[in-house]
Amino acid sequence: MSWRIKYLKKSPWVFHVNVGACNNCDIEVVNLLTPKFDVERFGIKLVGSPRHADALLVTGVGTRQAAIRLREVYRQTSKPCAVFLIGACACDTGIFHSGYHVEGPVDNIIKEVDPNAIIAYVPGCPPKPEAIISGVVKALSAI
Amino acid sequence: MNQEELNKKISEIKDKLIGYEQPLDNRIYLSCESENSYALNKFLFEDVPLRFVIATGIDSEDCFEILYHYAYDQTGCVITLKTFIRDRENPAVESISPFLPAAEWIEREIHDLLGIEIKNHPDMRRLILADDWPEGVYPLRKEVKK
Amino acid sequence: MKKTIKKPVLSVGPFHPLQEEMEFFQLTLDGEIVTDIDMRLSYNHRGIEKISETLQFDQVPFLVSRICGICSATHPLAYVRAVEEIAGVKPPERALHVRTIITEFERIHSHLLWVGLAGHFIGYDTVFMWAWKYREPVLDLLEEITGNRNNYGNVKIGGCREDIPNELIPKILKELDEIEKKTEMLTKAVLDDPIIHARLKGVGILKKEDAIKYAVTGPTARGSGVGIDVRADDPYGVYSELDWKVIVQEEGDVFAKAVVRLLETFESIKIVRQALKKIPDGPVAVEVKEIPPGEAVGHVEAPRGETFHYVRSDGGNRPVRHKARAPSYVNVPSFKASCIGQHIADVTITLAAVDPCYSCTERLAVVDGHNNITHDYEELLRLSREKTARIMREA
Repeated sequence: MSWRIKYLKKSPWVFHVNVGACNNCDIEVVNLLTPKFDVERFGIKLVGSPRHADALLVTGVGTRQAAIRLREVYRQTSKPCAVFLIGACACDTGIFHSGYHVEGPVDNIIKEVDPNAIIAYVPGCPPKPEAIISGVVKALSAI
Repeated sequence: MNQEELNKKISEIKDKLIGYEQPLDNRIYLSCESENSYALNKFLFEDVPLRFVIATGIDSEDCFEILYHYAYDQTGCVITLKTFIRDRENPAVESISPFLPAAEWIEREIHDLLGIEIKNHPDMRRLILADDWPEGVYPLRKEVKK
Repeated sequence: MKKTIKKPVLSVGPFHPLQEEMEFFQLTLDGEIVTDIDMRLSYNHRGIEKISETLQFDQVPFLVSRICGICSATHPLAYVRAVEEIAGVKPPERALHVRTIITEFERIHSHLLWVGLAGHFIGYDTVFMWAWKYREPVLDLLEEITGNRNNYGNVKIGGCREDIPNELIPKILKELDEIEKKTEMLTKAVLDDPIIHARLKGVGILKKEDAIKYAVTGPTARGSGVGIDVRADDPYGVYSELDWKVIVQEEGDVFAKAVVRLLETFESIKIVRQALKKIPDGPVAVEVKEIPPGEAVGHVEAPRGETFHYVRSDGGNRPVRHKARAPSYVNVPSFKASCIGQHIADVTITLAAVDPCYSCTERLAVVDGHNNITHDYEELLRLSREKTARIMREA
């Protein structure tokens, strides 16, 4: 296994992207840093730039305006990278599937840039922080 | 002002209204034609005075309506001014943002979503639809399905 | 303007859910003072009002509680208030108590969230960690009552979907005492600190006349001397039967808004205690068969201000028109009035004082009119924290 993948699995640095979410999932993601869940003890850190990131945490339905920017962020993320779709909205647009401003499930948007992207789904509305941690760990051990 | 005095103050503009309903003590619905919208809004915001809440644009089959919602917090009364825009081909109404900055965003949104022209708006740019949203498609109109 | 901004705006990591975008808030500078700002929405627009027209009346509360994650008890309540008025339905007393309790719990954890954020923006990460740690018991209680930490899905037309079991009430009261103690400690730590005074007092002042012109609501208005609160002005739930007060401060700066939010948290705890002690027995919902033609408005006090919904029905199964207005829609433009003339290092805390629902905040970019230098969000945050560090050194 290449050393890049090895370090991605050990201590993934994540970049959080919101493409049209109600912020519930985003608040749960931020809750991960707080003392009750504290993911920094696993080496997971939230970084301020996609270029420093090993993984993207994406929340939101993928609105038309945000979709273009999401593709750009994915291109800028250093490869190899994994994409975690947090929440029902990111997994498959959830309750907003009929919205006129919704471009489509996020995995389709990412696959337009990279058909072989590594994508993991953490459903829930919002998924509990324990579920997010569990999802990330499971996905990383499967890579 | 208590509710009775408020009712009396609002009846000062009765001659410009085409409808007045008060289904509950603290809910009043006024109706007017679009030509009187500017003067009536100015009266409600400055002379009564009331707090502006938001405006709702509606596509009503044979006309457009813009509902301006105001609140009078001392009695908890919500007063809605329904403005009927009869011209469906070129709907237009006068902007109230010059004296009410709080209405700037909602007027831009009504223009984006319903295609109603807001005359003399200080900053009429796209607010809420994507940069690449096609011109002339107004999502909140009844004939537009997804 | 697109050409001068080279870097995308980035979030500082945790909070700001969206970061990538360039033109959301653009500030123009003269030296280090802000002279103008421009804002662009759209990234979060999901077309909820149109989706409402395709759903049935009783499905809409589930949609609207997802307009905003942290006001998710108040949006469905405002909608249901409007529909119950159209249908002429009065929910039972027990339902009103349950609704009040859940709304106030949400206010408590939302204000604690804000305190944490404000601390983070000025560089007090300890305040951030403590505040978010002490909101966890509130979320756990809500999970025991409704089944979810956020998005409670508890409000329906005619009452509530889930009841609070009487056996749970002593436990909730005990937890409330703990939460109150921790909030007292946090309040003292925040409000007595001289550095926080130096960073927040006199910063981001929203004058009373501007508060009225921009029609702001909630703590943003109450911090500027405009004493409006839907719970007192147009009561719903059981607020008119309980003993609590509306907190108003006159100065209009960020410190005043922080004081309003912290003191309101104590009022909320008082309200929940009284509501739990007085809760009568009985059903939590009445059956509503159909919604006749008509229209109505419903408004409630969310943690950020007044949430306002308008619903029109033509007697069918679905709303003809549903308008939802979140408080941040009127509060965020007032940032223009409170930010112009401010120093660039104070921009992040001034915006945070409005407590925008994240769905609105995200992106901040700065364009310097003379030099075309751009500062992104991280840079603004760094400047804010440097200012705190400077004040600490000179103190």
